[in-house]
Amino acid sequence: MKSANGTVFKFGDNVDTDVIIPARYLNTTDPAELASHCMEDIDRNFIKNVKSGDIIVANKNFGCGSSREHAPIAIKAAGVSCVIAETFARIFYRNSINIGLPIVECPEAARQIGAGDQVSVNFDSGVITDETTGKTYQGQAFPPFMQKIIDCEGLINYINASH
Amino acid sequence: MGMTMSQKILAKHAGLDHVEAGQLIEADLDLVLGNDITSPVAIKEMDKFKHAGVFDKDKIALVPDHFVPNKDIKSAENCRCVREFARRNEITNYFEVGQMGIEHALLPEQGLTVAGDLIIGADSHTCTYGALGAFSTGVGSTDMAAGMATGKAWFKVPSAIRFNLVGKPSKWVSGKDVILHIIGMIGVDGALYQSMEFTGESVKNLSMDDRFTIANMAIEAGGKNGIFPVDELAVSYMKEHAPSRTWEVFEADADAEYEKEYTIDLSALGSTVAFPHLPENARTFDQMEKIQIDQVVIGSCTNGRISDLRTAAEILKGRHVAQGMRCIVIPATQKIYLQAMEEGLLKTFIEAGAVVSTPTCGPCLGGYMGILASGERCVSTTNRNFVGRMGAIDSEVYLASPAVAAASAVTGRISQPSEIGL
Repeated sequence: MKSANGTVFKFGDNVDTDVIIPARYLNTTDPAELASHCMEDIDRNFIKNVKSGDIIVANKNFGCGSSREHAPIAIKAAGVSCVIAETFARIFYRNSINIGLPIVECPEAARQIGAGDQVSVNFDSGVITDETTGKTYQGQAFPPFMQKIIDCEGLINYINASH
Repeated sequence: MGMTMSQKILAKHAGLDHVEAGQLIEADLDLVLGNDITSPVAIKEMDKFKHAGVFDKDKIALVPDHFVPNKDIKSAENCRCVREFARRNEITNYFEVGQMGIEHALLPEQGLTVAGDLIIGADSHTCTYGALGAFSTGVGSTDMAAGMATGKAWFKVPSAIRFNLVGKPSKWVSGKDVILHIIGMIGVDGALYQSMEFTGESVKNLSMDDRFTIANMAIEAGGKNGIFPVDELAVSYMKEHAPSRTWEVFEADADAEYEKEYTIDLSALGSTVAFPHLPENARTFDQMEKIQIDQVVIGSCTNGRISDLRTAAEILKGRHVAQGMRCIVIPATQKIYLQAMEEGLLKTFIEAGAVVSTPTCGPCLGGYMGILASGERCVSTTNRNFVGRMGAIDSEVYLASPAVAAASAVTGRISQPSEIGL
């Protein structure tokens, strides 16, 4: 995926992986089932309202807490095309790259983009455009090594391709 | 520029003389860990590799501990997936119910983690082994799968924060109070992407169990790892638990660079409680009102070790859990369970009206064995107090030391031992 375009769902600081996918659902590994409970403990209506291609925008330390990969899996399977945040917790950051969920760190965009805005992201240039307000933002570029994993759509494909 | 302890371990495992913060490296792993929640996802990913099999059957640890003994049918299927994978690949360190423990208490006890090791685990509290001078960090299931298949992982070399520990803590102040104080000071993202290196004259005043607790919660400040210098106490622990292993001691260079340095006077710390819903909401008892509670949990990878149980038993001995309260005690491993039995601690707990459970992560993450109903409050020695962490979305978890948890079980409200004459 080279770009994303969707409606924004906005969250605050320190969104932890327990609210992204509560542990009571960790007895399954099925992406669709996990997606059906995505963000349930922070926004009960999220899964009813999210459409394929939509974008999550959050403030600092998104994805903190448990290492459960079920969290980015649930977000991806819910149809979310990109997560933009001021900062990401490091395990969530790794997990997202490893499973091919596009994420972008951009403090300015994270603070200024509002819920319901229509936003597009170009993953090659890192440019984020808020089509509702007309503002553009430059997201942080990935180091080349991580970009290769992203281009392969995940770590396993990258390892298969490079060995 | 010199290197930190963490950087030296990473450099060694990447076959490099020198690394710098921010550098991306690929490094050889000494141990890859997973549990019954994260391993099934990793095992599914393993099927996608061109080359089947694991890199070294002796360097993988699989510990069903979160939802075991199986809490429901789906959990039973997940555990079977892990068990069959372990059998198929002849994994040496698979720990079945009855021989297991909570992973981060179990692996050091089994001698599988020693100084100088580079360890990844698909569990965020993998940072615990830094107490022994290892570099260990939590990852997700795909990293675990790649680690099991290749024996390698990629890392961004972290910068570091140094915590200089001075002063002797008072009787009821433990490693838990130290780390809750630090998280309160720097915040839940205060060490994001960084190493937390604990040094100073007061390290010697901390037991190994205190150090495990402190390193365990580095992740709650966003840290990549927490790490302690290897002193005589750490060496004697490894001699006892890992007699067949060789270990390598790495020391930070005198000119190692730290992004920040803090000095913490342990003698000035009081019992500390993290209020809902973040571990950074740390308060001492002069900063809180009387708060009634419904449940106490004493256990977890943070505080389910023998010294934690001894502290709790010292407080509960001859006393009783307050009327209407539930107190759940969970020894972290079978060995600790047995030791607690032999020392008479379990008798003390049961006579005090507490429940004693087989080792499990259970209530810590709202799995089972102590789920909270709507509006209920729990004082817990666990590591997270996020929204809904232990049950209903509007239940509340207050993180505390075993001493505070036990004292609170007696009074029925959040209490420190002095409130019951100790």
